[in-house]
Amino acid sequence: MGKTTIQKSKIKIAENGVDKTPPAKRLEVLKTYKIYIGGKFPRTESGRYYIPTNAAGKKLANVCLSSRKDFRNAVVAARAACSGWSGRSAFNRGQILYRMAEMLEGRKAQFIDELVQQDSTKNKAENEVAAAIDRLIYYAGWCDKFQQIYSSVNPVASSHINFSVPEPTGVVSIIAPQNENHSLLSLVSVIAPVIAGGNTCVVLANETKPLCAVTFAEVLNSSDLPGGVVNILTGKPSELTTWFVDHMDVNATIYCEKDSALKKMLRESAAKNLKRITFYDSVNWATDEGQSPYFIMDTQEIKTTWHPIENIKSSGVGY
Amino acid sequence: MATAKQAIQIPDFSFSTPIDQVGVNERADRFTKRSIKKESKVNGLKLVLNMIDLTTLEGKDTPGKVKQLCYKAMHPHDAVPDLPTVAAVCVYPSMVKVAKKALGNSGIKVASVATAFPSGQAPKDVKLRDTKYAVQNGADEVDMVISRGKFHAGEYNFVFDEIAAIKEACGPARLKVILETGELVTYDKVRKASDIAMQAGADFIKTSTGKIQPAATMPVTLVMLEAIRDFYYKTGKMIGMKPAGGISKSKLALHYLVMVKEVLGEAWLSNEWFRFGASSLANDVLMQIVKEKTGVYQSANYFSID
Repeated sequence: MGKTTIQKSKIKIAENGVDKTPPAKRLEVLKTYKIYIGGKFPRTESGRYYIPTNAAGKKLANVCLSSRKDFRNAVVAARAACSGWSGRSAFNRGQILYRMAEMLEGRKAQFIDELVQQDSTKNKAENEVAAAIDRLIYYAGWCDKFQQIYSSVNPVASSHINFSVPEPTGVVSIIAPQNENHSLLSLVSVIAPVIAGGNTCVVLANETKPLCAVTFAEVLNSSDLPGGVVNILTGKPSELTTWFVDHMDVNATIYCEKDSALKKMLRESAAKNLKRITFYDSVNWATDEGQSPYFIMDTQEIKTTWHPIENIKSSGVGY
Repeated sequence: MATAKQAIQIPDFSFSTPIDQVGVNERADRFTKRSIKKESKVNGLKLVLNMIDLTTLEGKDTPGKVKQLCYKAMHPHDAVPDLPTVAAVCVYPSMVKVAKKALGNSGIKVASVATAFPSGQAPKDVKLRDTKYAVQNGADEVDMVISRGKFHAGEYNFVFDEIAAIKEACGPARLKVILETGELVTYDKVRKASDIAMQAGADFIKTSTGKIQPAATMPVTLVMLEAIRDFYYKTGKMIGMKPAGGISKSKLALHYLVMVKEVLGEAWLSNEWFRFGASSLANDVLMQIVKEKTGVYQSANYFSID
């Protein structure tokens, strides 16, 4: 439709003899791929960028090359969002995750397009986006269910009621799966269980396929998710991984690569403030193996409460 | 002219120096563009820590809270040796005795707000008694508030006389005069109030009580620093400066130091002539110092609550 209108007007101009040059092709408005910190889309503080390419060597975009200071700012945002997010009712968190799925559904086409740019086929991309939406729904459902399943009332040999409940661990730093063809699905699969459990997180996107991560941030931004709960950076894991695991205000780290020397180093660094460190190095995110309430439990800590009670049996009265 | 008249030369405050608002804002903005890294940063941070008036001014203050604050003043973060202490602890008059006892001979000063802080809406004799009470209980420094209502009504003589009377009541204690710049609104008025305070005998001029927004900002501090500079050129007398309220990040504090150095010079870069009125700034400074030492970003969880 658009094309024909342009051609008509071209003829008109020519007939009037005003201008015979063909009209310039419209300049496409390209998206600036920025990072996502505290509910805002700043550029990296460092002013640097890199240009990922697809297999055919086509340049994908100018993408922010985040620095450690972006990470620092993101942790501040994540920490600030922590008490608000974990203080929401589990049901409300579920609603918001569901809303994320709704928003993702609405922007399906854009994600498919980006996945195709990043070497997927149309068919595979469609399946991947559908799976990512379903995964969000899956964890939305678990939000108000995992806690009762993994809680327990414990038998103790004193006048106490003793119960254990999983609670969010706090701020989680995540290096998203890097050697992964499903850049969107794997990203969603590592973020969703962390926030479903009431944590906040800072995520480093797939370095070579970062487009969907930034667009996913736009989905998050329009789905009632409070700013700072998920912060997404783009850049190089080789630069940032040590900062992700060193930061004293980060309570847990998720790492998805197989490099065993690096894993050893990460374990040692994590010990500085006794971070929980979890490795998802051989999970197939494309299958059902990639979703389970145990992923939620990886960033939970069990809090046990001893509540004194009267010894009902011997006194014969209730409490 | 008689010599007695020459000894007291009080300018006509209705013709105070006008301030170029746009110029001040832009100049203040320049100070934030300096980059201070590594060793100079650590030295700067230690200086900031040493200039802090650690403050608790709440209705819910208890002797326990004040004692805890005093301990923090003496031991900011024992995990790092060779840290300076803060400059002073700032409390209400009723807590001066507690603070004085808790600080002992640590060399940390006790500052007390007085004169019906924070509003200053009380008769003169009440303000004088408030001041004397603080000093008698051992306050080394008194932070008074000016009567902003009278100032806005143009009764500069009243404001002047009040400051002079409080200064007299302070005796040996140093007097900090709080202008409450957030209620003065324009830079012209801030400049005028600064001039009045310095002429009336203030040892320090201070931006804010911390109870009114906006509190200390860089431009407003710049206006006051320039007033101090002009006063120094005119009389040869050094006056201290204390921005208070709203300075809670190390980086901002370092920008303030840059400003002091570039407007007043090195002589003012000690806690005798420059202070920060703050409470949460101390922990941020400590976290930055530890970050420089260990190379690892810090968490508030590992620092004492203030």
